[in-house]
Amino acid sequence: MGIKPVEQLSQVIVRFAGDSGDGMQLTGSQFTSEAALLGNDISTLPDFPAEIRAPAGSLPGVSGFQLHFADHDILTPGDAPNVLVAMNPAALKTNLADLPKGGTLIVDADAFTDRNLQKAGYAQSPLEDGSLDEYQLHPVPLTTLTVGALKDVEGVTPREAERSKNMFSLGLMSWLYGRSIDPTIAFLEEKFAAKRPEIYQANVKALQAGYAFGETTESFAVTYEVKPAKLTPGRYRNITGNQALSLGLVASSRLSGLPLFLGAYPITPASSILEELADYKEFGVRTFQAEDEIAAAGAAVGAAFGGALAITTSAGPGVVLKAETVGLAIMLELPLVICDIQRAGPSTGMPTKPEQGDLLMVLYGRNSESPVPVVAARSPSDCFDAAIEACRIALKYRTPVYLLSDAYLANGSEPWLLPELETLPDLTPTFATEPNAGDEFLPYLRDEQTLARPWAVPGTPGLEHRIGGLEKADRTGNISYDPDNHDLMTRLRAQKVAGIASDIPELEVDDPDGDAKVLVLGWGGTYGPVAAAARRVRERGKPVAHAHLRHLNPLPRNTGDVLRRYEKVLVPEMNLGQLLQLVRAQFLVDAAGYNQVRGVPLRAAELADAIEALVDSE
Amino acid sequence: MSDDNGHTLTAKDFRTDQEVRWCPGCGDYAILAAMQSFMPELGIARENTVFVSGIGCAARFPYYMNTYGMHSIHGRAPAIATGLATTRPDLSVWVVTGDGDALSIGGNHLIHALRRNINFKILLFNNRIYGLTKGQYSPTSELGKVTKSTPMGSLDWPFNPISLAIGAEATFVGRAIDTDKKGMTEVLRAAAEHRGSAFVEIFQNCPIFNDDAFEFVRDDKEGVNRIALHHGEPITWGADGEKALRQLPDGTIEVCAASEDGVLVHDSSHTEPSLAFALSRVTQGTHGGTPVGVFRNVERAVYDDLMAEQLRVAEKKRGKGDLAKLLHSGETWVVS
Ligand SMILES: Cc1ncc(C[n+]2csc(CCOP(=O)(O)OP(=O)(O)O)c2C)c(N)n1
Ligand code: SF4
Ligand SMILES: [Mg+2]
Repeated sequence: MGIKPVEQLSQVIVRFAGDSGDGMQLTGSQFTSEAALLGNDISTLPDFPAEIRAPAGSLPGVSGFQLHFADHDILTPGDAPNVLVAMNPAALKTNLADLPKGGTLIVDADAFTDRNLQKAGYAQSPLEDGSLDEYQLHPVPLTTLTVGALKDVEGVTPREAERSKNMFSLGLMSWLYGRSIDPTIAFLEEKFAAKRPEIYQANVKALQAGYAFGETTESFAVTYEVKPAKLTPGRYRNITGNQALSLGLVASSRLSGLPLFLGAYPITPASSILEELADYKEFGVRTFQAEDEIAAAGAAVGAAFGGALAITTSAGPGVVLKAETVGLAIMLELPLVICDIQRAGPSTGMPTKPEQGDLLMVLYGRNSESPVPVVAARSPSDCFDAAIEACRIALKYRTPVYLLSDAYLANGSEPWLLPELETLPDLTPTFATEPNAGDEFLPYLRDEQTLARPWAVPGTPGLEHRIGGLEKADRTGNISYDPDNHDLMTRLRAQKVAGIASDIPELEVDDPDGDAKVLVLGWGGTYGPVAAAARRVRERGKPVAHAHLRHLNPLPRNTGDVLRRYEKVLVPEMNLGQLLQLVRAQFLVDAAGYNQVRGVPLRAAELADAIEALVDSE
Repeated sequence: MSDDNGHTLTAKDFRTDQEVRWCPGCGDYAILAAMQSFMPELGIARENTVFVSGIGCAARFPYYMNTYGMHSIHGRAPAIATGLATTRPDLSVWVVTGDGDALSIGGNHLIHALRRNINFKILLFNNRIYGLTKGQYSPTSELGKVTKSTPMGSLDWPFNPISLAIGAEATFVGRAIDTDKKGMTEVLRAAAEHRGSAFVEIFQNCPIFNDDAFEFVRDDKEGVNRIALHHGEPITWGADGEKALRQLPDGTIEVCAASEDGVLVHDSSHTEPSLAFALSRVTQGTHGGTPVGVFRNVERAVYDDLMAEQLRVAEKKRGKGDLAKLLHSGETWVVS
């Protein structure tokens, strides 16, 4: 076996697709680790079926994992894969449309049985009818090869041997892209060596066999290399949005010196935050799995009253249930962070798919005038900073704050440049300890600058007071039905939130040459595709400016100025135009929308075309 | 008794400067007065006491107690108090709720708080009506109750709050009567001493919308209708103590003469809730008497304590959380 030629590539997008039971998520995340440790920039997008165990081989049971790795900094998991690994006919059927003609297609030929073909709705095998002629098709008998490689491993059932085929495919892909399989071996050792040594053996053997198969087979003539990317120097780790968000909350607890309390009720795609935080008890983190979302939010409000850093996490259908409690927190003027990991659709919708459909709900989905600051994360690792920012605002202004993420950020991953602890903000709040008006304590006497009210926690002698959802008299906090007082309090609550604008950064515009006439204004989780689209347009020699909002309420103080500086404004969103409506109403600018609600991240290529068309239309 | 700070507290110390806004003659006044004179007995400083309520006439209660307090939203007080009690085990937390607040909109929170055995006391002011919203029937109103929302009578079978609490795995369940200061204080004292959730139903008269709903026991000077439950004592009542309760082999309870054999001796500490439940089925209508006092009082692990214990164990096993280490956990690599 001779050494095969190596071809240089600057980036590759690989998608692993298979049955839910095929271990595609594990395969994908291990390939990600290998790429990350090699120094590539990476971005990943898992795609889970909503069903936990859909029938094997069926179309709804297909699970996918897309990984984009490159020798330069990248912004998205990629629109379309260059390589599709399909473990069965159903995986081929549901994913083939995304693979451009000429793309590499690796399939498990053994899985293309009559029964599986039938389950996927193929009348005849696509491996034989010529329908895949336009792809670089590599039918590999993955199952047979894996089982063959494992015949000497003792204590492994035939079924377990078969299930190791994901490691075989990972070995093959590792060889194809010149990745070391050592990190995966180390991972397998940690996971299985002690508990199930035979499974460990089987997985490692399959992995090595896949790698060796690449070297020997005639099927692949070349291998590829993607050199390390030039990233900002420092220590990195690969992280998903929900992990980063959880860490951001733990960090905020440390930065504020307050114990963290999380009230939550399981819901996709927010559950993993509850699970993650439940494992940080040595940080004094208390997680409370409540009977429902209302109780989860309520318990958080109770914890806030007691002086904790109070958090509640959920997704759309659960966030709706919390609305009344958020209203209470607005009246009580207590800090509370409500994380909404947005998912697609009204009602149950598409639980595992991303959308930006909750913006107007978190801004306005409550009775009466009830302003709440809103912060949105832009990428998986940014969830860390966004969480700290949400906590900062909540604690400083004694207000509930919405933190928006989405199903893509939650499960997608990217390298995260680990922050130096010294660079993180100090969030220590000042608790009231003494009377603030002579020898009296007035619970609604505000700080002149922030308009925040004092936070006097039970246990503080002399400051006993009662708060509640009934309208309060200014300063004293006593119940009041006075018309002028209600008008005043309504305005004060609004002013307090509006005033945060002076405490957040101005909106930055990315307009490298400063000559753009078109501005693309995005928010939150679309940062990657929007920035990538803007780049593409510029690469075609056409100027375009990009600004991305982290704060949705209040908006940065220069937002109106920025919008008016451009002849045209395009607002891409994964909804039917919610931010669009907002900026049009608030700034009277004739912005246009670019809207998709397909339950998948925006595609940079399509968006780039839309932007280019707008630039050209002058 | 002096409090944590060595001050001697009196009922007056627990009064606030807020004008009490219940209707004249409302049973809530009597409960408030009893509570204010009972609180000093606990020896807990005012700043370490918190009253949390939902919405309703009853839920105005915290405004009138000079402690920390929160008048929250309809039905959610047990949930809110759960967050407070679990993060602040140093506090004495009391929930005040009504029959609509606790059993209708907040039913879910109530049962879950009880089964968790959160360390707080729940006082349910039962007037068998929605007071604050002006007189609609409630989940404890008798079947056929004619109110503004049920002109031809209500159609739903009522909850028996005591049975419900016992069914929800409550570790402490008691009943008191607004006008019976002595009896109420006894139950409150036992509730306060109980570690974990204590549920106390208080019969409360709403003279405006459901007057005399509990007249048979409220105005029962002769004790012909109240069956006072005392742990370890035979259950007897009547003007001359001539009536008694007896349990049949099938578990149900019947009335017999106090002189007969087999008179039931009350055991509120039995681990099995069967007896307490059977007693909860004894009502004026079915047995000609109404038990008051402590039905059930058993010890069980407390949610807040268990949570604190897990935190301790985690810290012991893994060491106190180190943020830098946490951020750097998992596979990391250096780009230079
Ligand atoms: C979400 C919500 N729904 C309805 C109401 C209206 N409401 C206020 S109190 C109440 C019933 C109170 O009855 P109960 O709990 O028995 O208290 P009471 O007034 O009898 O003491 C209702 C329906 C509300 N405040 N909030
Ligand atoms: S309506 Fe009834 S319960 Fe409410 S304050 Fe008046 S008397 Fe009391
Ligand atoms: Mg009532």
